[in-house]
Amino acid sequence: MQALAAGGAFGAFGHLPAWSQETLVAARTGTPPELRGPNFDLTLAETTVNFDGRTGIATTINGSLPGPTLRMREGETVTIRVTNRLRETASIHWHGIILPFQMDGVPGVSFAGIAPGETFTYRYTLEQSGTYWYHSHSGMQELTGIYGAMIVEPRDGERIRADREHVVLLSDWTGTDPMRALHKLKAQGDVFNQNRPVMRELLRDVRTSGLSAALRERDMWNAMRMSPTDLADLSSTVLSYLINGSAPGANWTAQFKRGERVRLRCINGAGNTFYDVRLPGLKLTVVQMDGQDVEPVTVDEFRFGPGQTCDVLVQPTDDVYTIYAQSMDRTGYARGTLAVRQGLSAPVPALDTVQWLTMADMMGGMDHGGGHGAQTQSHQIDSGSNHGGMNHSAKGGMNHGAMGGMDHGSMSGMNHGAHGTASNDLAKPSTTVRHARTEWGPGTDMRVDMPRTNLDDPGVGLRNNGRRVLNLADLKTIGGPLDPRGAEREMELHLTGNMERYTWSLDGLAFADSKPLRFRYGERLRVILHNDTMMTHPMHLHGMWSELESPGGEFLARLHTIPVQPAQRVSFLVTADALGRWVWHCHLMFHMDMGMFREVVVA
Amino acid sequence: MNGIKFSWRLAPTTLAEAVSLSLTLLLLASGSSVLAQGHQSHSSPQTAVGPDAFQSAAARATPDASSTPIADSATMDHGSMQMQGGSPPEDARDPNAYSEGFERGTGEHVPPGVTRLELGDQHAFGNLRVNRLERVWTRRGSNLTSYDLQGRFGRDFDYLVVKAEGEVAKGKLHDSRTEFLWAHAVAGYWDTQLGVRLDKGTGRSREWLAAGIQGLAPYWFDLSATAYLGNGGRTALRLDGEYDWRLTQKLILKPRTEWTFYGKDDRENGRGKGLSTATAGVRLRYEITRQIAPYVGVEWQKSFGRTSDFVRASGGRDSQTRWVAGLSFWF
Repeated sequence: MQALAAGGAFGAFGHLPAWSQETLVAARTGTPPELRGPNFDLTLAETTVNFDGRTGIATTINGSLPGPTLRMREGETVTIRVTNRLRETASIHWHGIILPFQMDGVPGVSFAGIAPGETFTYRYTLEQSGTYWYHSHSGMQELTGIYGAMIVEPRDGERIRADREHVVLLSDWTGTDPMRALHKLKAQGDVFNQNRPVMRELLRDVRTSGLSAALRERDMWNAMRMSPTDLADLSSTVLSYLINGSAPGANWTAQFKRGERVRLRCINGAGNTFYDVRLPGLKLTVVQMDGQDVEPVTVDEFRFGPGQTCDVLVQPTDDVYTIYAQSMDRTGYARGTLAVRQGLSAPVPALDTVQWLTMADMMGGMDHGGGHGAQTQSHQIDSGSNHGGMNHSAKGGMNHGAMGGMDHGSMSGMNHGAHGTASNDLAKPSTTVRHARTEWGPGTDMRVDMPRTNLDDPGVGLRNNGRRVLNLADLKTIGGPLDPRGAEREMELHLTGNMERYTWSLDGLAFADSKPLRFRYGERLRVILHNDTMMTHPMHLHGMWSELESPGGEFLARLHTIPVQPAQRVSFLVTADALGRWVWHCHLMFHMDMGMFREVVVA
Repeated sequence: MNGIKFSWRLAPTTLAEAVSLSLTLLLLASGSSVLAQGHQSHSSPQTAVGPDAFQSAAARATPDASSTPIADSATMDHGSMQMQGGSPPEDARDPNAYSEGFERGTGEHVPPGVTRLELGDQHAFGNLRVNRLERVWTRRGSNLTSYDLQGRFGRDFDYLVVKAEGEVAKGKLHDSRTEFLWAHAVAGYWDTQLGVRLDKGTGRSREWLAAGIQGLAPYWFDLSATAYLGNGGRTALRLDGEYDWRLTQKLILKPRTEWTFYGKDDRENGRGKGLSTATAGVRLRYEITRQIAPYVGVEWQKSFGRTSDFVRASGGRDSQTRWVAGLSFWF
């Protein structure tokens, strides 16, 4: 029995007798200490925390939440000694770092884990630079505080010119034992949803758009037993939203001097929360994504999910700005301040109103006339029919413009046979939808036959919000792909789940029932991720880069975590050059623990 | 306007689920041999599952009732555009094909001393729902306390269920039904249940074998139907359905109905052959939290046929209005 099993978290959270709690020290929150390599010593232990009145016991690194920011240099060989002072097995995973698999830090796959009282020494050479983070890969320890930022400075000096930089590590804190929250979700999938459709909204919609339109909007959702507000499993009912370990009331402040160009190294280290980040009054120039420099793109706002990092440059002209990160379900926010001195604050925006998921989120490519997206196993899309009617919903913010990125050239992919992997067809990702046999089981509540493949949708809640929001199609990693080869083979994986049962899986099989995915050593592989659920899943492959491509097969960005929106189908190329055992999973902690998780063997 | 057409085309298909579900269960009740057959078709894992299972079961017995909706679903736009239920096509992808013979936690590249990773998907979860714990007032002043709870414990697709329902009047257990069932998930929203039912109270105790289904029908109707087989060829059927109508996030109106049928007269327990009792009511609850909600409600209960004869013979009324106030909670 592996200690990574979820039950382990019980011991570390709130079940201590009172006398023993008193012996714990309080965690240091706010900007964490910075440690510089090549040698690091990290100690994991329990501490107490208080976030705007929500108290609890955290698991922290060197007594700080977030853990210390580790600064390293590209090309350097680092030695990191991690000592476990918890009462359960622990681990540290270096998220997005290319390293030997034995150093990857996944108990039960890459090593045995770090037993209580023991020290494990990680040693590896950095072959990359950029903004990354590290976190526990054991049980619920990441949710309870074991995470920190990791900055790898480029060997040849920084390409991104900034006068000052700050790490903005966003995370979330469950105000209850994470396992208790999980138990509640298992009992009732919408237990934390504060935006369930209600009668009052129906009456309002009847008034504004008429009875039949109001009913029509709801019909499909109700017929399918799906909720249009299933935006996040956990809400502010149980979560505190943190910026560098600080709840909104603590007003964490990053300072700058007038005239400076400031780089914000934003990291999403949350267990559950997609954040929509903006600094009202400032344009954000996105210069790096997942640690890799991208061609600068200027936006007002960006969304990122657990596991992702996004570096932005800002050029403040006023004295004070709010750093505002709403949760995707609009029940709360993390907030900090960017100011010329401590003690200032700017207005905090109101939460955006909740947008419902649209038919496009449920049925994917249904709503582009002609349906060039993809086709089902055995049926051609009737290209003569017009499916435009899908967009009539009053709340459906999905504009047809957002579909503009559809590459109609991908029509050629439609000629694929049932297996879609003939080598001459691999220039572009297959558009033949191939559901796994196991997706017809009780663990799967729906299947998308006509996914959307466009990448220029900022996602539910951000559509047509009047702000320029970053989307995947905006990303262009400088320097192109690491490997010039095209795909030699294709692997299709479906993201699946059942919100009523709160089960999560891939291809309808949870981890326990799965077999590993084998990447053939040295091959250039295309992985297609096809989302058969109503939620966005940040999919993280360990050990190798995921090189995102457009629907037409052109290289876009080198990432370690790819968010896949509802009913979306995205693809990326991987060079299987890292021998060993790795894992690949959804970075929403509960989805991961419920089995949306695979072992990967490169051999 | 294709979108609209699409959604309305889905409706009959999914409504057919509910209709055929009821039909199937009526069939189950009509005799123990049918019961055995019916159960087989629901619990056997290799059977086509989910809505289709219900449709096909009904289709075998009553083609007229279900052929229309099935035909409708078959001609739905886009042919295979069936997003839920059904059974996999012949050429569905093998989810294990990508493993190419590799196993988790064993073989090449597994570091020494590593025990195979296990995650929470292997854990057992449990909860107990007290759906109703209420005081009941009737016009004749025969006040009583009523309870209805359901507990579960186990893994995702196979688990134990305990259902208990009963009435206590003047400190005495008047009438109770307790079931211990093994639940097995057969489709996204449906479980089969198999086990025993024990009746205790002022009448004669009865033991039954129980087989049923429970789940969430399209449009969010919670349905449950159980057929029972008792000593001496006794049969019974219970159907119940409820719906949460959210007025606000906290104020929820729950209509609920329950129907019981018996295959034989049971004079000692005042149950007559055929449709025995039907109940329909509404409860308005206020969710202080998602887990605890006080409520008030009203319920109409009526006895039919021989059952109403028994009730009247013992000086009761064959229909009554019951006012209720209580608490529902879960943990």
